Amino acid sequence: MKPPPVVYHGPDTVDEAVRLLAEHGAHAKVLAGGQSLVPMLNMRLTAPARLIDVNRLDELAYVRTDLEGVRVGALARHSDVERATHAFEAVPLLRQAVRTVAHPTIRNRGTTVGSLVHADPCAEMPAVLALLDGEVLLRSERGGERVVKAADFFVGPMESSCQEDELAVEAYFPKPKGRTGTDWRELSRRNGDYAMCGVGTSVRVDESGSVTSAKAVYIGMGPVPRVVDVTAAGADWESAAEHAADQLDPEDDIHATAEYRRHLARILTARSLKAAYEAVAP
Amino acid sequence: MTEQLHQITVTVNGVARRADAPARRLLADFLRMDLGLTGTHLGCEHGVCGACTVLMDGVPVRACLIFAVSADGHAITTVEGCCDSGGELGPVQQAFQECHGLQCGFCTPGFITTITAYLEENPKPTEEEAREAIGGNLCRCTGYQNIVAAVLRAAEILRERDADQAGAGGAA
Ligand SMILES: Cc1cc2nc3c(=O)[nH]c(=O)nc-3n(C[C@H](O)[C@H](O)[C@H](O)COP(=O)(O)OP(=O)(O)OC[C@H]3O[C@@H](n4cnc5c(N)ncnc54)[C@H](O)[C@@H]3O)c2cc1C
Ligand code: FES
Ligand code: FES
Repeated sequence: MKPPPVVYHGPDTVDEAVRLLAEHGAHAKVLAGGQSLVPMLNMRLTAPARLIDVNRLDELAYVRTDLEGVRVGALARHSDVERATHAFEAVPLLRQAVRTVAHPTIRNRGTTVGSLVHADPCAEMPAVLALLDGEVLLRSERGGERVVKAADFFVGPMESSCQEDELAVEAYFPKPKGRTGTDWRELSRRNGDYAMCGVGTSVRVDESGSVTSAKAVYIGMGPVPRVVDVTAAGADWESAAEHAADQLDPEDDIHATAEYRRHLARILTARSLKAAYEAVAP
Repeated sequence: MTEQLHQITVTVNGVARRADAPARRLLADFLRMDLGLTGTHLGCEHGVCGACTVLMDGVPVRACLIFAVSADGHAITTVEGCCDSGGELGPVQQAFQECHGLQCGFCTPGFITTITAYLEENPKPTEEEAREAIGGNLCRCTGYQNIVAAVLRAAEILRERDADQAGAGGAA
């Protein structure tokens, strides 16, 4: 199908975009990569009166890395994040996970910040932000700038705490502390499709190789990315995976039963924790 | 409701083109309906099949998921632009012909544009990489085996042409 009629705005600056959102926010949608919004328009699942296209805000097309971590501007495409070697070196999980977001052609256009705001429970980047304890920077005319922690940002399926009049400006992915290994893996029916179950893990070890922190995050296994702490299991990855899978609340759908998803979670978690550990174990 | 029209200018296959279209006009429909370039095909209209893939500033994108007005000022390459300057088949098109990479041909434009861009990034793919490269495009006739062969053959043709050029340069 074709999209419904709409009034288009193509602001050239962030200030202008934020002003347009202040005026029209309640009846408008921000158009970033359009890789989720345009399918919804084409299928007539949504019909905003206006679109505020942020694709001319070149000032937001950045992926910056410093000692703290990686900052991704709202116009950086998934493929920019994937290609940025400095970002991979600081936060390897970014490239490990972004490679499994759809196909390269979709990643060329879709933005990482757009994916966060979209808050699809099957999307990889929200889970990455949650596992790393990252933040999103939002801007509006009403409230100026505010920073929201990942734990507060994902409210429900397809629902983030970005308000109608707010522009998400930047995402911040902190660099893991100390000797930390990370891993991402998922199972989908076809390479590049949304995963039936996906897991990201991070394992921190001390000098002697003892586990001081171990965490896992899931996609496709609940309404929001769920972070489970499995540090208590030490390096017993099988029981850590068992414990994590028990905490999840997957649902049946046409692709997989809840029981099968939980089975996948158990297997993928054990493998993923082991890989994350082996990346840093002495 | 009378819709507001936007004046949209894009450079398509090296030629500047201009037309007026409403905001909701998808780039794929703009190319087909407003510019008369019907090589770009629409299958699913939600990003899954890849039939509508064109190059925007050299980068493969789904033309069913971009509004024409967002493409204003950009350069687009469609399957019509993947031929040689004299209108002869381009390397990827020639490889498709030699390897029987098309059956009904509906998906072909999306494959040609995707592969053209891919070979610039990776001029010597393995069979495994060739499969990966076309993973985002669906062929209802399921001619994948021959399409993979066409990717490898196209890479070969490009290398042959490079060698010919170098040879010609050397002889001169
Ligand atoms: C075939 C296909 C397969 C896909 N597979 C996957 C997959 O496996 N994993 C995955 O994670 N994603 C997948 N996607 C989605 C893709 O990753 C999108 O890039 C992403 O979901 C949204 O980013 P976008 O920039 O395209 O946002 P848009 O589609 O432009 O916007 C999405 C939503 O976020 C809002 N928004 C966007 N940016 C901002 C901003 N800066 N401030 C405020 N609001 C904003 C929009 O208003 C809209 O509501 C797939 C898409 C397609 C078409
Ligand atoms: S028509 Fe665009 S991807 Fe199918
Ligand atoms: S050749 Fe018929 S769809 Fe691919």
